[in-house]
Amino acid sequence: MNFLIGAFKPACNISITFSDGKSRKQVPMKKENGKTVMVPLFQSKESIAGKVSIEPLQGKKIEHIGVKVELLGQIEMYFDRGNFYDFTSLVRELDVPGDIYERKTYPFEFSTVEMPYETYNGANLRLRYVLKVTVSRNYGGSIVEYGDFMVRNYSSPPPINNSIKMEVGIEDCLHIEFEYNKSKYHMKDVIIGKIYFLLVRIKIKNMDLEIRRRESTGSGANTHVETETLAKFELMDGAPVRGESIPIRLFLSPYELTPTYRNINNKFSVKYYLNLVLVDEEDRRYFKQQEITIYRQRDS
Amino acid sequence: MIADGVEDEEKWLAAGIAGLQQNAFYMHRALDSNNLRDALKYSAQMLSELRTSRLSPHKYYELYMRAFDELRKLEMFFKEETRRGCSIVDLYELVQHAGNILPRLYLLCTVGSVYIKSKEAPAKDVLKDLVEMCRGIQHPVRGLFLRSYLAQVSRDKLPDIGSEYEGDADTAVDAVEFVLQNFTEMNKLWVRMQHQGPAREKEKREKERSELRDLVGKNLHVLSQIEGIDLDMYKDSVLPRVLEQVVNCKDEIAQYYLMDCIIQVFPDEYHLQTLDVLLGAFPQLQPTVDIKTVLSRLMERLSNYAASSADVLPEFLQVEAFAKLNNAIGKVIEAQPDMPILGVITLYSSLLTFTLHVHPDRLDYADQVLGACVKKLSGKGKLEENKATKQIVALLSAPLDKYNDIVTALKLSNYPRVLEYLDTETNKVMSTVIIQSIMKNKTRISTADRVEALFELIKGLIKDLDGAVLDEVDEDDFKEEQNSVARLIQLLHNDEPEEMFKIICTVRKHILGGGPKRLPFTVPPLVFSSLKLVRQLQGQEENPFGEEESTTPKKIFQLLNQTVETLSNIPAPELALQLYLQCAEAANDCDLEPVAYEFFTQAFILYEEEISDSRAQITAIHLIIGTLQRMHVFGVENRDTLTHKATGYSAKLLKKPDQCRAVYACSHLFWVDDQDNVKDGERVLLCLKRALRIANAAQQMSNAARGSTGSVTLFVEILNKYLYFFEKGNPQINVAAIQSLIELVTTEMQSDSSTPDPAADAFFASTLRYIEFQKQKGGALGEKYEPIKA
Repeated sequence: MNFLIGAFKPACNISITFSDGKSRKQVPMKKENGKTVMVPLFQSKESIAGKVSIEPLQGKKIEHIGVKVELLGQIEMYFDRGNFYDFTSLVRELDVPGDIYERKTYPFEFSTVEMPYETYNGANLRLRYVLKVTVSRNYGGSIVEYGDFMVRNYSSPPPINNSIKMEVGIEDCLHIEFEYNKSKYHMKDVIIGKIYFLLVRIKIKNMDLEIRRRESTGSGANTHVETETLAKFELMDGAPVRGESIPIRLFLSPYELTPTYRNINNKFSVKYYLNLVLVDEEDRRYFKQQEITIYRQRDS
Repeated sequence: MIADGVEDEEKWLAAGIAGLQQNAFYMHRALDSNNLRDALKYSAQMLSELRTSRLSPHKYYELYMRAFDELRKLEMFFKEETRRGCSIVDLYELVQHAGNILPRLYLLCTVGSVYIKSKEAPAKDVLKDLVEMCRGIQHPVRGLFLRSYLAQVSRDKLPDIGSEYEGDADTAVDAVEFVLQNFTEMNKLWVRMQHQGPAREKEKREKERSELRDLVGKNLHVLSQIEGIDLDMYKDSVLPRVLEQVVNCKDEIAQYYLMDCIIQVFPDEYHLQTLDVLLGAFPQLQPTVDIKTVLSRLMERLSNYAASSADVLPEFLQVEAFAKLNNAIGKVIEAQPDMPILGVITLYSSLLTFTLHVHPDRLDYADQVLGACVKKLSGKGKLEENKATKQIVALLSAPLDKYNDIVTALKLSNYPRVLEYLDTETNKVMSTVIIQSIMKNKTRISTADRVEALFELIKGLIKDLDGAVLDEVDEDDFKEEQNSVARLIQLLHNDEPEEMFKIICTVRKHILGGGPKRLPFTVPPLVFSSLKLVRQLQGQEENPFGEEESTTPKKIFQLLNQTVETLSNIPAPELALQLYLQCAEAANDCDLEPVAYEFFTQAFILYEEEISDSRAQITAIHLIIGTLQRMHVFGVENRDTLTHKATGYSAKLLKKPDQCRAVYACSHLFWVDDQDNVKDGERVLLCLKRALRIANAAQQMSNAARGSTGSVTLFVEILNKYLYFFEKGNPQINVAAIQSLIELVTTEMQSDSSTPDPAADAFFASTLRYIEFQKQKGGALGEKYEPIKA
């Protein structure tokens, strides 16, 4: 029995620590098992440095044919049998083949790492960054340990940010003009705008503004699109008459947004839309969807 | 079906209250544990109950009030929260995360209130934001209540001058701007209610709307409370903008209510100074708006304002209030061609009241109003509508009430022209009002011209008007009317005989056309009025200036003769006879023998020809005897003729006792105490004896007819006459005659056939006691009585 237990237990404990782990910002990250853990946050072109400690179990030695740490950027498609695509892969050899008898610590550093994509956890895929420590062995298989961290990249406000202004309608039935003050919003931004009723011949019950996220994966015939409504924000209650103008003020901060991602590694896109929905008394919906761009602004 | 609806509504309300209370409970718990996130969550859920569309405004209000109370607590919490270090700006954002708009906006207003109090941002900015954001509620009832909530929480936080939230130089403008915007939006929602929902529920909707109107009107009230609004601002921006909204909403209910609101909430002096603007709005209102009531209230207010202090009167003149009102009324009437005549009259009536209060000295104004009214009435014929005629009565009564003096009203040339439009019945009512006013105020109407005008006014009472239906007139009413006319005639007086005579002639001219039913009421007062004049003249030297035309008793008597004659033609002979006798007596006092004789002659002729009823005859003969007895103007011959006639009539009465009494009364015609030439003892005795004979005859007749003699009363009465003349010293009446008469009575009383009559016994007994008394008293009279044995 003891043998068996020993066989299933890893032969050693591997731990990964970041050199600025105490001072670095930690953010919550949802794991596959549903638990949320706090992980360090990085951005592109930062150096990722730290230490790997390997401590064999009491009274055991580890024979290995090399120890390495990799920094991997992976895209995992859920529908593609869990296949990974590594878009970034950096390796540091930590040790030449040999035996480890006691706790051994290896410092490592990846300096100025290009991490163009943000960590993303979507409906059909995830994009993650991970440190992978491998203790390679000839027999008994390699011992592998992962260390998660997150990447977020900040953008400066776009130089051109036009408002969205549009007149839409159904002939002789409903004509409205709406305006959103910008087309690009940062994630804590507030959408200001108004809806102006030019013609109202239907009995409107209420009007909502929805924020929709459109995640598309794959390409061509294999494209998978997942749309999710993140916000349903009531703008108006009751039936307006011609000439009424209804204000919009929607704070984005309460919603779990990400920046807009366009064609990430030719694998996926995440886009955001504002959907203006008018509902009439027969519960018919009249809507108009407009794409907006979300970007991440550095917290001031 | 309807009952079900009400029941359902109760259920929904109960459910709403339950939901609200439950969430309020959780909210309280969150408040107690300072849990902001939960407090926001549960308060939003609580407020979600207000999203219902199922309740009528009345029930919704109940729900709203509960939420309102809870929101007060929440507001306290927010205030504490900011004291604990939570930034009010963050809080202001945080509540806006709520997904449903109605709870969101209630919360926003609540935090907004704290925000203003914190003074971290100017009140005007916060208010502007709130009032703008509230546009999101387009549902009328929910929107009205939400905005009403906003008005409620903001009313003590307006950046008014002198308020702690006062802003920069234009601070009052900001306050006004906010209130006006909220008002405008609320009114739009309120008006919109009218057009939503099925047509068959119009009535229900209108009822619901009227339940909500005070929510809208409240804004105007708040506006009127803003200190910073001075007259210029009111004139230049506030009023025009309010009116613009009122006019543009094109809604009957709103226009009526709001115009009234404006008039009631803003100060009178502002109204006065902005009359043209305010009045300019009226013709632009919907044709169905009940303008007359609103405008009347305005005029009423202004009238009261004018009455409040004499200092404000110059303002009225300065702004030409009357001309403007008059003009506006004209325009309104023009703009509303369908306005019922009642409305027109009401408007003019109010205007008249106004001008009477404000310009009591400008009779021409009052006359103008009446003139305008006549113009509107012309071509419409007599008014049939009950309310309209009532209103005219009110219109016409106003000047009387104000001036307490018909004389002033008589100067209004259009006054009678308005009267023309009344039906006969109302005309009478109006005439009565006029007379009552005169009597109440004891107005002296002292010239013939005015009397002429007055009678022209009240001609409804004086004569039958054309086409009047004579039947259906209540006898009592008629009497009352005519009695009041009679009283009026008595009131007309002028100390100057010439003028008085003219007055009399005028009155006479009018009343003579009154017809048989009226003359008995109207002639007597005229006669007495004339006689009063006669008595006045009687004291003066006749014809002091020797002018022929001047008024003399003779002339008056001539007139009287003709006047009374009309009565005998009606016929009302008894009344005519009485009046003749009155005249005769007056003529007597004026020493006009032929005139007096003529009157007597007329009276006698009437007696002979017209008075056939025996009872009337008795009354008449006694009147004749009484009057004749007092006449001293007649010479022997005339007097003889008349007394002879009178005695003759007396003896020809039907019943013996009446004959007897008349005859013994005639005895006085021959013995007048203060006239030495009329002391004919013999003829007195003759009369008395004749009376005795008749009394005897009466006894016998009675005996023959009924088997018992009648009462001895007649004898006792004659005995008393004997005693009278005995005392007066008529030599023909002696002790023996009296003695025998006493015995006669005694015998009669003891006779078997006599009918016992306690009254007569008592009469006799007291007569005897009188004799005893005179005896005991002694003196000359006592001595005279001494020989009589009782």
